[in-house]
Amino acid sequence: MCRNVNGTQPDIQVHPTESGRNGITMNTRGLRSQLKDSVPVAGLCPQGAYGVQDSLRSGFTSVKNELLPSHPLELSEKNFMLNQDKMNFSSLRNIQGLHAPLKLQMEYRAARQIQRLPFLQSSNLALDTLRGNDESIGFEDILNDPTQSEMMGEPHMMVEYKLGLM
Amino acid sequence: MALSNVLETPLPGFNFDNAARNAALEGLYDGGQTPKPMKTGTTIAGVVFKDGVVLGADTRATSGEVVADKMCSKIHYIAPNIYCCGAGTAADTEKTTELLSSNLTIFSQTSGRNPRLVMAVNILQDMLYRYHGQIGASLILGGVDCTGNHLYTVGPYGSVNKMPYLAMGSGDLAALGILEDRYQQDMELDTAKELVRVAIHAGIMNDLASGNNIDICVITREGVDYIRPYQESEYKDRNMKYRYRPGTTPVLTKKVVPLKLEVVQESVQQMETI
Repeated sequence: MCRNVNGTQPDIQVHPTESGRNGITMNTRGLRSQLKDSVPVAGLCPQGAYGVQDSLRSGFTSVKNELLPSHPLELSEKNFMLNQDKMNFSSLRNIQGLHAPLKLQMEYRAARQIQRLPFLQSSNLALDTLRGNDESIGFEDILNDPTQSEMMGEPHMMVEYKLGLM
Repeated sequence: MALSNVLETPLPGFNFDNAARNAALEGLYDGGQTPKPMKTGTTIAGVVFKDGVVLGADTRATSGEVVADKMCSKIHYIAPNIYCCGAGTAADTEKTTELLSSNLTIFSQTSGRNPRLVMAVNILQDMLYRYHGQIGASLILGGVDCTGNHLYTVGPYGSVNKMPYLAMGSGDLAALGILEDRYQQDMELDTAKELVRVAIHAGIMNDLASGNNIDICVITREGVDYIRPYQESEYKDRNMKYRYRPGTTPVLTKKVVPLKLEVVQESVQQMETI
């Protein structure tokens, strides 16, 4: 049995802060766990034709903006539905057994497949009813309502993209 | 392959696209500041008495060092038997209480029951905790339901406190001093109203961000009595009428030019009246 004689001192725990170029600091403490299996922050690749950065529409880039969120709530809001579902399914599994979340997830999957044409936003009525969101109002019903969005994709392009012909 | 023509609609709810831009802008202009949101630096208080709950609030809303609204309404309707006083950012308290009220209305219509205060408190707590204090709303909820008379406070980070008397806002320490001294259990209506009035008055006198009039809301099993204003401030604003007496401006010259019109064409159309 060997002993570690020259044991190193335990590291002094420092709150990981990040210093931006202009002195903008952000506390990145809980970010790793949020970033691990979450929806990515800025999208998979830069917007714009041929994957090149579109400076006019989205401003100057920095790698930091692509990787880390600029607002403390950005990640938790993006993943809120996912995390809620995970939490509910896991407590349902603990209470009722494996069959309960399995059956529910099957229904969710079926409900998620009910969509409209590729360039139209679906109302997700079945999914909302399953989740219980049809009896409550939150900020996602008031702000940025996708059915009232002012932009529409070009129908032919969207259909071709969806069918994989693009 | 990412095409510019393939649209990704933004997710519903809050949109954080401008946060990076704002951070970059703030760094560029040293000394430049974003405009301050309107706060209700406030004194709000509530007291449970024998037959129900009395809520009180002042009516001043400030934006930085300027009084933005002298007759602001801080006691919001939630349900026929539940009212809520709000301190913090004015817009946040308004929208949060409106959302809460809508949710409770939906619930009472689908279930056919009057909402209870604990339900309102739980909805608020979940909502405010989800946003980790970014929604700056400190609320005092008071109401009468089938289980009795209750008074709760919800903080901006989602903390909940249940007490027989409460005060929140920037003037809460002054108001709480009065409440701690003179509160008794099972008071009569007039004693309770007077106690809340004195507490808010202490907040108005000792806090810069509270002022103007005092609103009182009495909730009992029989109904709600919303007295606005309960007490008006002695320092009234000047008369807001901008009508000037005739003769205020002297007339120097007067010139009348008649407009001559000549009839070019005349046609008569019969109107059919059935």
